[in-house]
Amino acid sequence: MLSRRKIAEQLETAAADSSMLLERPISQWRLTIRRFRGRKSGMIGLTIVSLLILMAVFAPLLAPFPPNEVLIGKVDVGPREKPCVHLLGCDKSQPQHILGTDGNVRDEFSRIIFGARVSLTLGLFTVTIALLVGSTLGAVAGYAGGWFDNIIMRIMDVVLGFPSLLLAIAIVAVLGPGLQNALIAIAIVSIPAYARVMRAQVLAIKETDFVAASIALGSSARQILIRRVVPNALTPLVVLATLGVATAILEAAGLSFLGLGAQPPTAEWGSMLASERNNVFTSPHLVFFPGIAIMITVLGFNLMGDGLRDALDPALNK
Amino acid sequence: MLSFIIRRTLLAIPVLVGIVVVVFFLIRAIPGDPCTAMLGERATIAACERFNAANGLNEPIWVQLTIYMRNVFTFNLGESIRFSRPVNQILIERLPLTTELAGSALLIAISGGVPLGILAARKHNTMVDAGTMAFANIGVSMPVFWLGLMLAYIFAVLLKGTPLALPPSGRLTAGVFSIPYFEVWSWNLVEGTFWAKLNEYISNHYIFNTFITGQWDVWWDAVRHMILPAITLATIPLAIIARITRSSLLEVMNKDYIRTARAKGASEKRVVGRHALRNSLLPVVTIIGLQLGLLLGGAVLTETVFGLAGIGRALFDAITGRDYAIVQGFTVVVALGYVMVNLLVDISYGYLDPRIRVK
Repeated sequence: MLSRRKIAEQLETAAADSSMLLERPISQWRLTIRRFRGRKSGMIGLTIVSLLILMAVFAPLLAPFPPNEVLIGKVDVGPREKPCVHLLGCDKSQPQHILGTDGNVRDEFSRIIFGARVSLTLGLFTVTIALLVGSTLGAVAGYAGGWFDNIIMRIMDVVLGFPSLLLAIAIVAVLGPGLQNALIAIAIVSIPAYARVMRAQVLAIKETDFVAASIALGSSARQILIRRVVPNALTPLVVLATLGVATAILEAAGLSFLGLGAQPPTAEWGSMLASERNNVFTSPHLVFFPGIAIMITVLGFNLMGDGLRDALDPALNK
Repeated sequence: MLSFIIRRTLLAIPVLVGIVVVVFFLIRAIPGDPCTAMLGERATIAACERFNAANGLNEPIWVQLTIYMRNVFTFNLGESIRFSRPVNQILIERLPLTTELAGSALLIAISGGVPLGILAARKHNTMVDAGTMAFANIGVSMPVFWLGLMLAYIFAVLLKGTPLALPPSGRLTAGVFSIPYFEVWSWNLVEGTFWAKLNEYISNHYIFNTFITGQWDVWWDAVRHMILPAITLATIPLAIIARITRSSLLEVMNKDYIRTARAKGASEKRVVGRHALRNSLLPVVTIIGLQLGLLLGGAVLTETVFGLAGIGRALFDAITGRDYAIVQGFTVVVALGYVMVNLLVDISYGYLDPRIRVK
């Protein structure tokens, strides 16, 4: 049952929409942006991600110390000090370390700020690689069909047959531990998802009238694929990629935790957490804060991805 | 229905063979050889020659592959280079822990996630809905290992001395043993037979074993040790299941047949329980099947955090230690489990949505 107020509101928006149409047609992207703005969770995600990007870019200005500076002898402070904030009543004679110091007497807060650089770069790079390779494979497989499609998709099935973290561990073992190799491993593991979505999209778009029209006009297969099919297939991939950044950051943190990702002394959240995990009972703050940093970042990308999906999926906007 | 099941089973075989072959080559692509990894400083050329001959590593690669494939299909997974013990035996000792861990986690995830999802959908656009979804969003964003460490800190340090204190590591308290049911009931098992191995494997599920033999103190100890790891591992799947249940139920609630059911005067409980829920379960079942991979990946991290000797941790050690036999053997078992669960998911589709059977 619709209340009278709701009906009035609906009529109002309908009227607003039609007047908008009289002025000028709204492009798909403007519409998406407007819808996205209406989603609270999406906007929260966007805000978190923007703040993190700012934090990563301006890290040297925000951090009170360089991330790898050992403070022994420079400031009167010991290893694994509890957080000390003057505003919150910490003794003024103590040096201020908002999140305390780590086992090597480095400022934890500075390291967490610089850690954003590592995680964001890693997330974006992995997804870019996976997106490029995966969607190319999926698009060609879907458009070409036949044996090529079959081979590619069976390979993808085999990759999907492994639990992703275990496969990533195996690949890093092949390539050797390190941030760059962890990045490649996570990219390889996430390729099948993009390939599958792209292929499904291409299969659907291949049958549309505008593709038939292009074929009739004599365009080559490559032209049709690049100019007609791919641009129309991108929508779900954008959502997948945003959510993919979140997964990539989480998996990279997992690899670092196992000692396969970023190596010390790099200020990376997963490895910061790993190196202090045996001290969790005595200095829990050194485990707590890096984990919170990972969680907020992942949450930001997840919320943004959900918001984008809602905004791009017309079925949800009836 | 039967032909549907058979068709699905046959489709799974090439994927399984593919996985076995990929693992075989992947593990051999890892730089460093088992000889140097094992013998270290003592790895002279002559010593390595003997070592390789003893472990069949001198054969051409395709001969190794054939032998390996033949062994896999006769369920002989070879001998661990590192521990000089049959991989089967190591599996018997370690797999039950991971099965119990993943099983309890999945149980928590389903019994928590589905009701939460239903609750959020029933109270759509209220504070309850928003709160549940905020919880779910945070749940999927947490690093498993971090959650584990934090839970260990809270329950082993902050709550120490209270009845809520829980042990942060291990499977049983030191000095506590789970006596296998075949010893309790004094069965006569012939050492080394398949039957004896099978019973040993089953009895290594401590929670199950102590439950059926009534060793209540040991049972309670095992359960207490399992709570934190299981909750840790369950959080992400729980959040995902809650989200899918909610969105799927919301979609179904808009369908015409729900309106029809309401128009007939069916009670709200009946509308949701009989008409909406079953039709909204399909995506939920898919997701539950997909969680298994996540659980196994998470098991590596959870077992590391809680110092548990399961197959996740063993697999990780074997990969970094170049123990070919263990990696190959365990991956086959893991992949087999994975493929079988997906098969079950496919079959349950056929049950939940009869239209799929025909396609």
